[in-house]
Amino acid sequence: MTTQVAGAGSERSPHPGPSGQAPEQRNPRRGQGGEAEKIRRREVSTGFIVSRIAVLSIVAALLIYAIPPLLQTESWTALGVLGAVTAAVAYLYLTPRHVPAKYLVPGTIFLVAFAIVPIVLTFVTAFTNFGDGHRGTKEEAIRAIETSSVTQVPGSPEYYLTIAERDGSLVFLLVDPATKAVQAGTADGLSPVDGAEVSLTGKVLSASGFTIVPTAQAAERDAEIGAFSVPTAGGAIKATGLSRAFEGKADKKYDAACDCIVNPAGDRWYANETEGYFIDSAGAHLDQGWQVSVGFANFKKALTDPTVSGHFLNVLIWNFVFAISSVATTFALGMIVALALHHPRVRGTKVYRVLLILPYAMPSFAMLLIWRDMFNTDFGLISKLFGVHDWLGTPTTARLGLIVINLWMGFPYMFLVITGALQAVPKELTDAARIDGATPWAGFRRVTLPLVLVALTPLLISSFGFNFNNFNNIRLVTNGGPYAIDNATVGSTDLLISYTYRVAGFDSGVADFGFAAAISVFIFAIVATVSTVAFWRSRRQEEVYS
Amino acid sequence: MRYLKEVAWRHAVAVLVTAFALFPIMYVVSAALNPLGTLGSTELLPTGASLDNFAVLFNGQQPFVHWFLNSVIIALFSAFAGLLISVAAAYAFSRMRFAGRRVGLLSILLIQMFPQFLAIVAIFIVFTEITELYPTFGFNQPWGLLVLYLGGALGVNTYLMKGFLDTVPKEIDESATMDGASHVQTFFRIILPLVGPVLAVTAMLSFIGTINEFLIANVFLRDTEAKTLAVGMYGMLTDKRDANFGPFAAATLLTAIPTVSLFLWLQKYIVSGLTAGAVKG
Repeated sequence: MTTQVAGAGSERSPHPGPSGQAPEQRNPRRGQGGEAEKIRRREVSTGFIVSRIAVLSIVAALLIYAIPPLLQTESWTALGVLGAVTAAVAYLYLTPRHVPAKYLVPGTIFLVAFAIVPIVLTFVTAFTNFGDGHRGTKEEAIRAIETSSVTQVPGSPEYYLTIAERDGSLVFLLVDPATKAVQAGTADGLSPVDGAEVSLTGKVLSASGFTIVPTAQAAERDAEIGAFSVPTAGGAIKATGLSRAFEGKADKKYDAACDCIVNPAGDRWYANETEGYFIDSAGAHLDQGWQVSVGFANFKKALTDPTVSGHFLNVLIWNFVFAISSVATTFALGMIVALALHHPRVRGTKVYRVLLILPYAMPSFAMLLIWRDMFNTDFGLISKLFGVHDWLGTPTTARLGLIVINLWMGFPYMFLVITGALQAVPKELTDAARIDGATPWAGFRRVTLPLVLVALTPLLISSFGFNFNNFNNIRLVTNGGPYAIDNATVGSTDLLISYTYRVAGFDSGVADFGFAAAISVFIFAIVATVSTVAFWRSRRQEEVYS
Repeated sequence: MRYLKEVAWRHAVAVLVTAFALFPIMYVVSAALNPLGTLGSTELLPTGASLDNFAVLFNGQQPFVHWFLNSVIIALFSAFAGLLISVAAAYAFSRMRFAGRRVGLLSILLIQMFPQFLAIVAIFIVFTEITELYPTFGFNQPWGLLVLYLGGALGVNTYLMKGFLDTVPKEIDESATMDGASHVQTFFRIILPLVGPVLAVTAMLSFIGTINEFLIANVFLRDTEAKTLAVGMYGMLTDKRDANFGPFAAATLLTAIPTVSLFLWLQKYIVSGLTAGAVKG
């Protein structure tokens, strides 16, 4: 958009556009003479104003939706970012300047928010012990330890309990059995309630400012009520069932003086800031820990910890084998069919093409599960055809099976792109090779293949990258298995990505987000290195960066 | 004899490979029509013709219709919106010269190498927060998944599309500018129609990719009704692997209807769409 047409000649646009949307890009400052200026301004107005109103209303709607939750949780940083971004976007689309940015910003916002921020966060998380047992801050861990250690001791006060709500949050209405005095217990502590109506059994019937939760509804919120506790001087008040509560003593207490947790028996658990746990003299730790930075420990664990690193290396090797053989087999089969059909006298190529792309067009997740069941030992098609064998339960056949499945899924794509590339190879070149006495194989090997490879290298690289992280195939067909008897975390067909997924604990088990993130960083590094090297090499052959 | 040497072997190869391509699909059809509906009773060739397996999908045992709609809605929206934002970016990269253009292109190329799901741990953490603040865009909601998929759109498609926009002669939009068209008009009325077929193919590939996406969706969607086809149908086989095989095959065929018909419809353009970014010219 470097040529900006200005001057009287361009006032009447030959193509004003059927919707009446006038060009918004005319810069009024460039106008010459007051009369022309006026005409242009009027011509600009409709589309200009409509689009600006649209921008402003979208921005306003966004702010109205996004601000209240941030205010409520007092997330000032997020609020600042939100304000800055919306202001920048509003400015960008209100001004006629910065044209390239108008086209780049929508995608960039999504890219930053949902691709770059997660990548950066992954790197950060890789240096922490974030995971089960280390989810929050130290204060949260202390509170969790103290409240979970509350136990009923003989002689501790008991109350009649009524479940109520105030401003949408849970409140315990507590009636002292002796004095019938009513108190409200919240997460902040106890406060007296005046003028409450109490039944003979000790149930609060009504209290101003509180909504009584009916028993049936309270029963549904059982888990929430069980976890709720009202802090008191010597411990906390907790519910037993829905109508009784007791004031228990916190068995364990945090002592800031020694930065440790103590219990009445005199045991002490000292805070360990490198492990994020309270640890006693024998080295045992309490369940609840907090998130701390662990430096390179997660990376070191992947490389040196014998329970992990041996598997890690095996997974890495198989990962490369899988990715390379997937690319090689699909390319080879695709090439064979493409060559076979690439001849003027072969008829029915259209029919072949339709049938051959079907594996590519079928929903792959479902076909993977179908393949899994075709490999089923007792009932599967493969067992029926080739004899019963525990196909996916034996490491070798499981790996071969995965490569065959991937061949089936991937070769139609290769077939399509190779057909395209073959058609682009000049016929003079192959003819010349033949006339010079080259055998068909030599002609293919020295003329056609190099030309096709030059054209397709970028696609082969991305195919490698895709298969290197082909989570779906592994997860849906073998789920990493078969597993050795003594090891349930790494199977013989696990790729790094499926291993990461399991370590992160999304399926079940103990989540170790920090370690999972560290493996992700390894995968980032490997894929980036391989792709960069490959791109560099192919760049010498053809300028793909332009 | 010459025919045999030149053409017949080509047909033999093609038939053989076609057989390899088709036999699993044959098996799915056979399983879907199999009146018993179990894995053990399914043969390669249909043993009967019954629609019982299809009926099972709609009798309410599992919300198949919900899954189907969820999948189609998410895939349609993300294909369309993703296409729009990436073709807009490609237009800027192809037609305009501005500071940071080269850096921008290279960083897109770099980010493209990191598949979004590698950051699944971080995505999980981010969306735990978002679910607290904005439930509509959180877990168990199609919209959350949708905006997440849009985050990957720019990295995946922009480069491919820029390559194709580069093949459209620049004189065309220069003459449009001379005629008084603004950059918006040039983009929507001149450039987009010219590259329409490639856009359609890219949108189709992204549609199919989204339908098949399992990893992120499986972390995101836990409620039965909120699931997509990939997550939901996976659950069908986890529950009752043998007995549900017939209905599962039937569901596979129903899922294949939109994807395969898109493929056949856009067949002509697929090769150029796939290679647009890679092959010059």
